[in-house]
Amino acid sequence: MKEFFSFIRKEFRHIFRDRRTILIVLVMPIVQIILFGFAVSTEVHDARVDIVGDTGDPSVRQMVERIDRNPYLNVAAVYESVTEVAERFRAGKSDVAVCFERDFDERLHHYGKASVRVLGDGSDPNTAQMIVNYVNGVLSAVQGDLSATGGPQMASSPHVQYMYNPAVLSSYNFVPGVMGLILMLVCSMMTAISIVREKESGTMELLLVSPIRPMGVIISKAIPYLALSLVNLVTILLLSRFVLGVPLRGSLFLLSVVSVLFILASLGIGLLISVISSTQKTALLISGMGLTMPTMIFSGIIFPCESMPVILQYVSDIIPAKWYIIMVKKVMIEGVGFGYIYPEFLILLLMTVFLLVVSVRLFKRRL
Amino acid sequence: MGAIEVENVSKRYGNCQALEQVSLDIQAGEIYGLIGPDGAGKTTLFRILVTLLLPDNGSARVEGLDVVKDFMAIRRHIGYMPGRFSLYQDLTVAENLDFFATMFGTTITENYENIREIYSQIEPFRDRRAGKLSGGMKQKLALCCALVHRPSVLFLDEPTTGVDAVSRKDFWNMLYRIRESGVTILVSTPYMDEASLCDRISLIQKGHLIETGTPAAIVAQYPHRLFGVSGKPAYPLLKFLRRCPDLLRCFSFGSEHHVAVEPGTISPEQLQARIQAEGFSDVVVREIEPNIEDCFMELAKEERQES
Amino acid sequence: MNETENIIIVDKLTKKFGDFTAVDHISFEVHRGEIFGFLGANGAGKTTAMKILCGLSLPTSGGGTVNGYDLCREQEKIKRHIGYMSQKFSLYADLKVWENIRLFGGIYGLSGKRIRQKSDEMLHYLNMTDLRDELVGDLPLGWKQKLAFSIALIHQPAIVFLDEPTGGVDPETRRLFWDLICETAEGGTTIFVTTHYMDEAEYCDRVSIMVDGVIADLDSPAALKQHYQATDMDTVFRKLAYQAKRE
Repeated sequence: MKEFFSFIRKEFRHIFRDRRTILIVLVMPIVQIILFGFAVSTEVHDARVDIVGDTGDPSVRQMVERIDRNPYLNVAAVYESVTEVAERFRAGKSDVAVCFERDFDERLHHYGKASVRVLGDGSDPNTAQMIVNYVNGVLSAVQGDLSATGGPQMASSPHVQYMYNPAVLSSYNFVPGVMGLILMLVCSMMTAISIVREKESGTMELLLVSPIRPMGVIISKAIPYLALSLVNLVTILLLSRFVLGVPLRGSLFLLSVVSVLFILASLGIGLLISVISSTQKTALLISGMGLTMPTMIFSGIIFPCESMPVILQYVSDIIPAKWYIIMVKKVMIEGVGFGYIYPEFLILLLMTVFLLVVSVRLFKRRL
Repeated sequence: MGAIEVENVSKRYGNCQALEQVSLDIQAGEIYGLIGPDGAGKTTLFRILVTLLLPDNGSARVEGLDVVKDFMAIRRHIGYMPGRFSLYQDLTVAENLDFFATMFGTTITENYENIREIYSQIEPFRDRRAGKLSGGMKQKLALCCALVHRPSVLFLDEPTTGVDAVSRKDFWNMLYRIRESGVTILVSTPYMDEASLCDRISLIQKGHLIETGTPAAIVAQYPHRLFGVSGKPAYPLLKFLRRCPDLLRCFSFGSEHHVAVEPGTISPEQLQARIQAEGFSDVVVREIEPNIEDCFMELAKEERQES
Repeated sequence: MNETENIIIVDKLTKKFGDFTAVDHISFEVHRGEIFGFLGANGAGKTTAMKILCGLSLPTSGGGTVNGYDLCREQEKIKRHIGYMSQKFSLYADLKVWENIRLFGGIYGLSGKRIRQKSDEMLHYLNMTDLRDELVGDLPLGWKQKLAFSIALIHQPAIVFLDEPTGGVDPETRRLFWDLICETAEGGTTIFVTTHYMDEAEYCDRVSIMVDGVIADLDSPAALKQHYQATDMDTVFRKLAYQAKRE
């Protein structure tokens, strides 16, 4: 047991003496959360609204005035046709366009129905969504006023459309995604590198020749990174709750259990990488290219899995992070209990057991 | 019972035969040298003996324990210093030593006497990171780490490679003191001049042991007469000597050229006269005792001719 | 041109790392065409000094010239006009013999025709013509070193720096390698060599021995042995290096 603690102490020394690494490991989650978070929570001030339509039309004019009166929205320009809007977006002169149908007032009063189109600049999806929401808010307020005064029903359910990026990201997607990514990175990459470093420096030879058992080496290697990952987990949760205001609706305990399971899976992957690579560079490349990229792509952080080709969806099924992220979303944001996540939990559990067993088996007692 | 017994061990990597039918018998308490150039198979044999590699054929025992079956038991009995400096560069001297002591289930204080001689020399730097030590001190630290658990057999793989002549001398003095406490030491080196410092040696070349015995016995078996020839200018003299058909072999050894001749063919005086006749100055030819390096080259040549 | 023209002139060369003086005001000359042995214990400052002479590092103070080029201002020219070979990095193991020759020939700006001609000459001289399509990594160490040495000379430099060229090589190959060095020196190339084998110091025309960042002595092996009343260079070296104070 003494050997074991001595080993763990040694691992912590390695970690804390390598200032750059510890900085990256502890600061990376903060930076990532803040970066993604700001893309999510930027307050929109003075968004520039382009109007397309006939401002001579009384109903249109009424709505334009209401938009302009909104503290967050400013009418920037008025155009006759929608073709000019794209050019304005591209030049960065406008954030959103509201397009009123021709003869809006007449249609509204005659047919009780007229259509409005809201065009958001999808190249900056989060801001766009925010602005579109404001515009929608104004439009429905006008609609509400109209119906309250017994006027004609405006069935102008606005048709919202994003240019350039039809699949819009939900802001709450990021936090679970970043959690998955960071835990994966810290656990797999750091564990793999720390083991491979011993191989490279020749100290692994000495460890193997000592009476300590391989299982002891593995566990001692894993524990410090487990601890670091838990620190990261807490940092992320605190930041997302109190800085970004992402709700934590479900049970914190359940979230922790799920996270520890995922951390163990990542440690298994890290061990596996350390077994197959003989230099730190290889380990870094495998975990960087072979792990981070697929995790980012297939786990639904960037692209929703549902919109992928079927074959790629199958590929995404073998990425542990995917299942973890699904569970985090359900627990954190939807606030459901274990009953709703047990299929995913079971899949991740099987993956973890498989990874750990295989990697411990492959870990050599000799050179 | 020998401390290390090796019987017909072979090891092959792909199409490279690293060791071929190697047999050794090393007595308890002796310093045994494995002498040979890089790539001769020294490290492979070490790794098999310290249970890091499995032999393809043959068997080996350390302290009577089989290197394949009883590998965990062997690991408690041996100290190993790999060829490269293999300690944690980011840990201090004391932390490294403490760590390796604990790994073997002991403490520095418990075995302080065992390492005192060597450790006292690096103790002033106990809080310095191992990576910041000089070559000689790194070597001393590595030796301390290998000795801290009182091993009965010590494996030192090329401990003096790349180390300067002064530190090498120091190192050998330490080995003698370790031997006094009854530890068996197997040491490998590419430096032929260190061979005479061992109790017994094996010369190894291309995975074969080409000779085994005490340094004196190996030197005694040298089959030719050997002359030390010096003269000026040295390099043209060497080329001249190589052109003489009655001289067997000729190589530079520092300030002298060593010339091997068949006994009874030519005397030192005759050779001296011949060289002087060629116009070389300061010519001295004298009969000399061969050293291990002469023997190694002779044996390596015989080995080549046989195969 | 005077009789012993100096190819290296070093004057009060100093290199400090923080408050540690690795090389402390060393001054010496290397004559054109000689074999100059540069000895010293580990940590005596040999490597640091050699790096400066090869144009890889700038001195903190002092200066000098290599082949007429200034150590501080003409590093690029120095690099073009010297050959360098070290035991640690010599050739690309995953390239074939001829590919290595072509690569280094190209680096030193030889024309394609010149490289082909040089490479045929070199392989013929080394008896390696049959090995031109072998991977360098598959060659025995001795061959590798001979090849590396020849490639270091591909651009016909006036001086070649050899950093422990014979470490770990078997005794015969080591001597054959020194034959090659002597042969090259006879051709007029200056050789600047470091080694841990003290018998090799004897093959040098002159040797310098560095202790604690300064040159403790510099002379021909014979003169050194006489001065220190020693029979071999090993003893000379140990007498000098034992004076070392720093660790």
